[in-house]
Amino acid sequence: MNINRRTLLALALATGMSAPTLAVAQAESIKIGLLATFEGAFTVLGEDSERGAMTAVDEFGGKVAGKDIEIVKGSSDASPDSAVRAARKLVEQDGVKVLIGPLSGDEGIAIKDYAKTQPDVTFLNGSSAAQDTTLRDPASNFFRFSTDGAQWMAGLGDYAFNEKGYKTVATVAEDYSFPYTQVFGFMAEFCKAGGHVPSKSWVPIGNKDYSSVIAAIPDDVDAIYVALGGADAVNFLSQYNDAGGQAPLIGGSITVDQTVLTAKGRLHDVLVGTPAAGPTADTNDDPAWKEFSEAYKKQNGAFPSPSLFAHAYYINMKAALLGLQEVNGDVSDGGKKLREVLSGLEFETPTGKVSLDENRNAIADMFLTEVTEAGDGTLVNKLIKVTPQVNQTLGIPKDEFLALGAVSRENPSCP
Amino acid sequence: MTDLTLNPTRNRLQSQNWIEKAGIGHILLALFLLIYPAMASDFFLTQIGGYSLVLGMIALSLMLLAGYGGMVSLAQITVAGAAGYVVAIFGENNSGVYGFGWPWWIYGPLAIMIASMMSALIGWIAVRTEGIYTIMITLAVATACFYFAQQNYALFNGFPGYNGLRAPEFFGVYWRDPVPFYYLCLANAVVAYVAVLYGARSTFGLTLQAIRDNQRRMRAIGFNVTAHKVFAWWLAGLIAGAAGILLVWFNGRISPGTIAVGPSINILVIAIIGGLRHPIGPFLGAVIVVLMQTFAIDLVGAERFNTLIGLVFLVIVFISPDGILGLWERFKPQEGRDNWRSFKKAANKSENQGRNA
Repeated sequence: MNINRRTLLALALATGMSAPTLAVAQAESIKIGLLATFEGAFTVLGEDSERGAMTAVDEFGGKVAGKDIEIVKGSSDASPDSAVRAARKLVEQDGVKVLIGPLSGDEGIAIKDYAKTQPDVTFLNGSSAAQDTTLRDPASNFFRFSTDGAQWMAGLGDYAFNEKGYKTVATVAEDYSFPYTQVFGFMAEFCKAGGHVPSKSWVPIGNKDYSSVIAAIPDDVDAIYVALGGADAVNFLSQYNDAGGQAPLIGGSITVDQTVLTAKGRLHDVLVGTPAAGPTADTNDDPAWKEFSEAYKKQNGAFPSPSLFAHAYYINMKAALLGLQEVNGDVSDGGKKLREVLSGLEFETPTGKVSLDENRNAIADMFLTEVTEAGDGTLVNKLIKVTPQVNQTLGIPKDEFLALGAVSRENPSCP
Repeated sequence: MTDLTLNPTRNRLQSQNWIEKAGIGHILLALFLLIYPAMASDFFLTQIGGYSLVLGMIALSLMLLAGYGGMVSLAQITVAGAAGYVVAIFGENNSGVYGFGWPWWIYGPLAIMIASMMSALIGWIAVRTEGIYTIMITLAVATACFYFAQQNYALFNGFPGYNGLRAPEFFGVYWRDPVPFYYLCLANAVVAYVAVLYGARSTFGLTLQAIRDNQRRMRAIGFNVTAHKVFAWWLAGLIAGAAGILLVWFNGRISPGTIAVGPSINILVIAIIGGLRHPIGPFLGAVIVVLMQTFAIDLVGAERFNTLIGLVFLVIVFISPDGILGLWERFKPQEGRDNWRSFKKAANKSENQGRNA
């Protein structure tokens, strides 16, 4: 009978499935999972984040506490489902006890939820920067040594209102938790200073046609705040330019990141003079930053300057390695000691001192920048001002900050 | 084609005992699947086993439509997603939107009902078209549903979707634990598989296949072609809906990414890789696709693993347009072979027989 033979084939295939897991970790290596977006719209960012993480590994000479570091990579396409699936594979199949990642906002929230089901695994954030990954309902084994998207905006709202003199600003941002957090961070300062935001546009990730969004921007705004990433930013900015848009721009942290600044074409001129804020600045004169920048450039296919994704993955990977060194590579107690060390860890990074608050979210320096043309024609973020030691509640007392409500499309509002 | 082989078998079946009826292959497969949890790690049990069964069920609903009805649908994941969203809205979630906390035995059947009604509705729209136009219409429906779910915050909670969906606990078992979840998926998949297998030999199944082969003739004889097709869509919706519930219990969440165009094509790939001629095909395809998507990154690294996946699929389809099932048909031992060998041959034969009759 045909069916029999077909089912036999199925059997043969299925036996493959149950093959015992041979990949038992060698005694002398430490496995660290690296979760980033190696597919989909954020592939370029994911690849750069890997460079950042590997810069930290190379800094340790590929060894921690005398054991070889073994990096196991997992890929997501920036959707929370795929991030959790990749994390499950790294944790449950490859058996990593330390996981670095993920890259984008809602992935972070999903991984935090997953972390709660794996109390023996230590999760360190990649570059995901949604506020609620650590602010509300945090997981006790999820650490974020990089900061969140609202913190990244420190200083920008004031600068736009007081120095640039913008009174009304329209916002254009992608429609998910990270841009909500960025808009929140910008408006918190801007509205407090007396500015108004009459129009907020939310666009889906990967949107190609921005004509309706551009038409909806009021003509009389002083500037447009743009929090779009990668190809989305390039598409919006060039279409806005083509449509004859004249309003000056204010950038979110990833709008004027290296991934966008290196894009070719007319965008080049539009971007010059755009203020932005974020956890990194290309023209930072700090020797520590320069040293990091040089080390980063040794990685394959590196950008002229590390993107903030490379930076965030570097910081988190370095924190993990410092922690592992402290506990002598021993995570046999379910990582309990490691997490204790991490909670109290405080170290100097290329961008200043980093420490954690009680929700395991970083307190770090923020950089206010403006896009300028470097001598060789490339665009860089020139450092204007450093806002020292910004915490997650932006200096506002915690209860008061929580009372502002969770970030969303509507919150905050100052039309 | 199927009926031709089945008729002689059916006569033979009268005098057979239950072992011969079920077929030795089925029994071995069932045994293997039953003892699989004893050999597999938790990861292989849920992430590979459970997930393959769930995707296999969704692809099975497509196989039912495409294999027996000649209607290729790209909206099956949308139907499954509809059931998933019903679970999120009426069950419990921790996204702070809806989550009425109804018990599973209310929201479960409700989710399957809504999914199957939606499937019937999509079918009712698509049924007037044929071939590539059916694919286009269902793709349009799937894309529209994806963007609607992503942009709509009032009902679907937009891009983040719903988090923290938990499988229920009853009979003292938490059904998302690896072993219970695997058996739950297995039970559902077996019910769907057997239903499709036997449904195909029922009067309705044979009529549907006849409609696939010659719609005009069936209409002339007096069959209500549209009603039969829409009913097939409704049945496919039942399977996809049940799989949708399992899918959100598996992921613990649902977001528009679950029902995007990528996943819907994924379902088609699973069905094509596995083969559309027998209900076991989608499950074979699901196992291969899940294994590839999980482990390709270990074989070739993070930069090129999707290329490897694509190449493997290309090779399978290139060698055998009928997927894995077709491969087996080609390379199996000659003895005992009947006219399953090639679709074309069987189709020609049925054409000829039809003419003679």
